[in-house]
Amino acid sequence: MAEVIWGLATSHVPSIGAAMDRGKAEDPNWKALFDGYAPARAWLAEHTPDVAIVVYNDHANGIDLDFVPTFGLGTAERYEVADEGFGRRPVPDVIGDPELSFHLVQSLVDDHFDLTVFQELAVDHGFTVPLSVWTADPGDAWPCPVIPLLVNVIQYPQPTAARCYELGRALGRAIRSYPKDITVGVLGTGGMSHQLAGSRAGFINPDFDSMWMEAIETDPARLAAMSREELIRQAGSEGIELIMWLVMRGAMDDRVTKVHSDYFVPASNTAAGIALFDNRAPSA
Amino acid sequence: MTTDSGAGRLDLPGTPIFDGDTSRRGLRMNKLFMSLRDAGNRERFAADEAAYCRGFGLTAEQEKAVLDRDWQAMIDLGGSIFYVYKLAMMDGRSMQYLGGVFTGMGEDDFLAAMRAGGRRDG
Repeated sequence: MAEVIWGLATSHVPSIGAAMDRGKAEDPNWKALFDGYAPARAWLAEHTPDVAIVVYNDHANGIDLDFVPTFGLGTAERYEVADEGFGRRPVPDVIGDPELSFHLVQSLVDDHFDLTVFQELAVDHGFTVPLSVWTADPGDAWPCPVIPLLVNVIQYPQPTAARCYELGRALGRAIRSYPKDITVGVLGTGGMSHQLAGSRAGFINPDFDSMWMEAIETDPARLAAMSREELIRQAGSEGIELIMWLVMRGAMDDRVTKVHSDYFVPASNTAAGIALFDNRAPSA
Repeated sequence: MTTDSGAGRLDLPGTPIFDGDTSRRGLRMNKLFMSLRDAGNRERFAADEAAYCRGFGLTAEQEKAVLDRDWQAMIDLGGSIFYVYKLAMMDGRSMQYLGGVFTGMGEDDFLAAMRAGGRRDG
């Protein structure tokens, strides 16, 4: 059976990718962010899974308002990196794993998650920036095949935090029921607190972010109980993206071991967080 | 906001909510912004912005907001920030510039506030 070996939660702010693409990782405004990634990157480099699943949202690049799937899963052999209007990021296209994808679709639909199936999908910064947080210099290819799991966080009503957590639990069951003995990493992306528009733009809530960072490890059910309104009030209108961390967390065991976490303000207009969890039973 | 769709509508001060009513009002304008990902479309837009807006079926108010680069009006008329941002990028404007507009602080003060740890409620 397949096994989730780690979960990585990370912000996906486009300027993080742009800073890397333009060689600004040592720039004084960015250095502390990338220094904070280093321990997670070093650990991940020693724990490359056979396949990764990235839980993310598109930002009007791969899909638009003609279709707004609440949840979607990619089943393609390859995902092109989207041109978001300023040229595509200079990073490799993404190799998929259609066999695992179709297994996940079958299992999730049988488990009452009727998600949309993408046989073709261009992936934007919401997807590629977390891969860059994981692997700074991928060369010609990312470390392993990757499957996109889309969540609508842009157009209301977004799925509830509780539903995202339940989807994660169903995703964990789906992975464990895969007959091949493979290892899987799951990335939950977005957040942390931020708001882009309105007179409240620039809102950051470090107390909330600190609470979230602790509870995502120890008490995710508490986070899953939060309403949409409470999330927007406390984390900002775009901070609601944090519900995607709950999909990742749900796919992991109840008890996980934190490898590393860090928090940095600002990445563009956003509080950037990273949290890496080992899902394997602690060795005796 | 001018419309009300009843149950569950959120009303948080200073916080635009991109709900169904808003998305319906802004759909044509957001589709225009989406089209600007394509270089050929950006050229056609730049050549005659008003004609391009009419081609997408914008309302007169929306067209004026786009032509005037009235970013707050674009949001008020149904624009999603992620779509509006595509026009801003075409103009070489950053999200910090837009933050400066939405808050009335101006770009430099907004950026300074972010670097100082971000803005708080109240």
